[in-house]
Amino acid sequence: MRHAMATKIEAAESVREYLAGQEQKSLLRFLTCGSVDDGKSTLIGRLLSDTKQIFEDQLAALERDSRKHGTTGEDVDFALLVDGLEAEREQGITIDVAYRFFATPKRKFIVADTPGHEQYTRNMATGASTADLAIVLVDARQGVLRQTRRHSIIASLLGIRNIVVAINKIDLVGFDQGVFERITAEYATFAESLGFKSIVPIPMSARFGDNVTRRSDKMGWYSGPTLIEHLETVVVEEEAVAQPFRFPVQYVNRPNLDFRGFAGTVASGSISQGDEVIVAKSGKPSTVKRIVAHGGDLRSAVAGQAVTLVLDDEVEISRGNVLVTPDARPHVADQFAANVVWFDEAALLPGRSYILRTETDQASATVTDLQYRVNVNDFAHEAARALEMNEVGVCNISTQSPVAFDNFADNRTTGAFILIDRITNATVGAGMILNPLRRAGNIHWQSLDVTRKARAELKNQRPSVLWFTGLSGSGKSTVANMLEKKLHAAGRHTYILDGDNVRHGLNRDLGFTDEDRVENIRRVAEVAKLMADAGLIVIVSFISPFRAERRMARELMGQGEFVEVFVDTPFEECAKRDPKGLYARALAGAIKNFTGVDSPYETPENPEIHLQTLGKTPEEMVETVETWLNGRDIAEHQYDDGGGI
Amino acid sequence: MLARLTHLDRLEAEAIHIFREVAATFTKPVMLYSVGKDSSVLLHLAMKAFYPAKPPFPFLHVDTTWKFREMIEFRDTMARELGFDLLVHVNPDGVRDNINPFDHGSNTHTHVMKTVGLRQALDKYGFDAAFGGARRDEEKSRAKERIFSFRNAQHAWDPKNQRPEMWKIFNTRVAQGESIRVFPLSNWTELDIWQYILQENIPIVPLYFAKHRPVVERDGMLILRDDDRMKLKPGEVVENKLVRFRTLGCYPLTGAIESDADSLEGIVSEMLTARTSERQGRLIDRDEAGSMEKKKREGYF
Repeated sequence: MRHAMATKIEAAESVREYLAGQEQKSLLRFLTCGSVDDGKSTLIGRLLSDTKQIFEDQLAALERDSRKHGTTGEDVDFALLVDGLEAEREQGITIDVAYRFFATPKRKFIVADTPGHEQYTRNMATGASTADLAIVLVDARQGVLRQTRRHSIIASLLGIRNIVVAINKIDLVGFDQGVFERITAEYATFAESLGFKSIVPIPMSARFGDNVTRRSDKMGWYSGPTLIEHLETVVVEEEAVAQPFRFPVQYVNRPNLDFRGFAGTVASGSISQGDEVIVAKSGKPSTVKRIVAHGGDLRSAVAGQAVTLVLDDEVEISRGNVLVTPDARPHVADQFAANVVWFDEAALLPGRSYILRTETDQASATVTDLQYRVNVNDFAHEAARALEMNEVGVCNISTQSPVAFDNFADNRTTGAFILIDRITNATVGAGMILNPLRRAGNIHWQSLDVTRKARAELKNQRPSVLWFTGLSGSGKSTVANMLEKKLHAAGRHTYILDGDNVRHGLNRDLGFTDEDRVENIRRVAEVAKLMADAGLIVIVSFISPFRAERRMARELMGQGEFVEVFVDTPFEECAKRDPKGLYARALAGAIKNFTGVDSPYETPENPEIHLQTLGKTPEEMVETVETWLNGRDIAEHQYDDGGGI
Repeated sequence: MLARLTHLDRLEAEAIHIFREVAATFTKPVMLYSVGKDSSVLLHLAMKAFYPAKPPFPFLHVDTTWKFREMIEFRDTMARELGFDLLVHVNPDGVRDNINPFDHGSNTHTHVMKTVGLRQALDKYGFDAAFGGARRDEEKSRAKERIFSFRNAQHAWDPKNQRPEMWKIFNTRVAQGESIRVFPLSNWTELDIWQYILQENIPIVPLYFAKHRPVVERDGMLILRDDDRMKLKPGEVVENKLVRFRTLGCYPLTGAIESDADSLEGIVSEMLTARTSERQGRLIDRDEAGSMEKKKREGYF
């Protein structure tokens, strides 16, 4: 009994020792990428199997599955270990990134197995965004393909500096050194401009395990490392700690009046108690009083740590601001240039408003200029008016409020952002900031003494933008015109912005493509905003087919100032009325991009006023609008806090 | 010189970051507390993330009425000691119909009491974000899931159309009725969990430690007869064996393993030489191929 006890204690000690050893190991995050069928999933299955990460029950399941879905004949199909979704197993392809974990005596690894199909590029980018190294697989029989290039470019843009070119299926070309050397040279030439720090080519057979964890006896001509030897020893420098201090404020922790802490993760650099910091957006200085952590205050914290900072004085800071070192401040700007990778089926359109998110900040943003698109085959810069799904380009971006950031090349955390669609909330793009644009810094708001409130009071009215949207021929202009006449007669100061009229002047350079429609609405919305500022009741009569632009217009205006009026006439009725003869021509194919025919109209979901026109006279509809406006003004009068008009 | 962060330091920081992100961006988050070791780690991290404040969200346990008694005791003790806001939900329809693992099988029981029960609770309180303790190393469909995993208004997961998840920039936007499941332990392995429990001295349900317990061998698994709702079949005998559990769920569906590991070190040492994965002890994952993915698409965690 005593003997058993002693063994147990010894065992406990050796476990603690073992765990201490585990803690000393560094972690390498990498991804496998490349074209379809180059053997990415098979390679990971091989790595997991050879490093003994597969349990008996998993192996039994794998053997069962291999018989059912496998593509390797009698052998176990390792790809089925990582292709975890039913659809993937049925189709024998990888759709989404899978994360797998393994360790060797020297290092721990998190590997992202990413899909090769072009349509799933966004999932490849997801895997690459958190990786330090990329294994680019190349089928020895195929050489460098379009997807090999696309993935290499994306890896490079996302800041990956170490590449392994896994020249796979070398068994199928007779372990031929010539093939290996040709592909190595081809890749090196193509990747020259991508700024990789290391490119290590390794000939291998993932299926049979040659040069994965076991040195192949069939390639005496190859003297380089096996894949696992390279992964265990490659140096991935920890840059973040050496960079200037950045602390994006994530959450303000305020449990009671005596405590106000700024919670976040140190993005780069380090911070100690007593250090001076600057609030990036306001430029205000303060000093770190405490670094609070559960279990006792810390004296200092470094990049990667999630802490709570308490400052010496009550400076104004909210989520999205950044605490930084006084010695090296980030950019604070509302315009910058960035590399953008586009993920969504609906193309990126210059002028359209998106939501931009950095790690903790959020702002409305538009692409003001698409400088060029990158051709993934030859890196040529091509002129483009939109960025389609899976394309990469350089854009100028303008945000509604200033953002604090670094260039992505200097800081992978504070130089990155994503773009979100306003309607679907989908993540539609990822951006890496190149540099701020100076324009923003040099053009300041001129402050004016006569305020919008004063202008409106003089006119004794509530400035509004009545935004009429609907198909061509739905009756927008008729109702708008009659409404203006009545308002005018009642002593209101009004103006109509009519789609056709504006296209004769301000917007005469614009056509009817999606990109031009977006720009058309953006300009009109800005003009309407100026007019509302001047105190007018602005009636906008535009087809304005896209929800995103109508929402952008709404957000430009003050609270409650934007009134969406949906002139709802069925397509058939508009085509029948056809006051300008346009439907006949569009249906005959003589006019392209005609709303309702070959260009979509996105119906308003919650318009303030919904005019169903069938069976109603224009007079009745004008009355509906007037009644609504009077109702609003009365309601506001009742609940007036004295600040409004 | 500043110390380098260890592997566990990084995992901890990542999880804390995720907790705070949810608290900062969602209106009504909740943490799913299932009382197991992963939930214990999650709870510990939540306490750390908001210190000195308490976590600004409640903890929800979806009880199937078939959990081990020791789990329920442990749950109530933790809630009392740490002072967190505990919500317990049991599917009333399942109780009315007396849904149980013996008569209805693990599939129906799990679907009604866990999946539907969870959906009911989420709808009842209108939560827009729910933390769970799932890890990517547990199962192959979980290996595919995002940290912030979108659910439509029917609580369904669409594995073929997940939002891209770049860097640590999380898209936390949802429309009315939609929600996000959030997995702060995504990048932890089973070993990391045990190592962290050891390092931080985190309390766990005693069922994880070996002890003599009354078990019945059924369908090749050792089932702890936790109460007399479990009727013995002909030829079955209750034996007192030295056993422990690698995972905890409903007692009739959770197999014990014979083991003498009565300390955390013993558990880790046993785990390092284990030749089967932890979910092997769970009946629900074996019912059919791809069964976890199917459950998740229906709204299971």
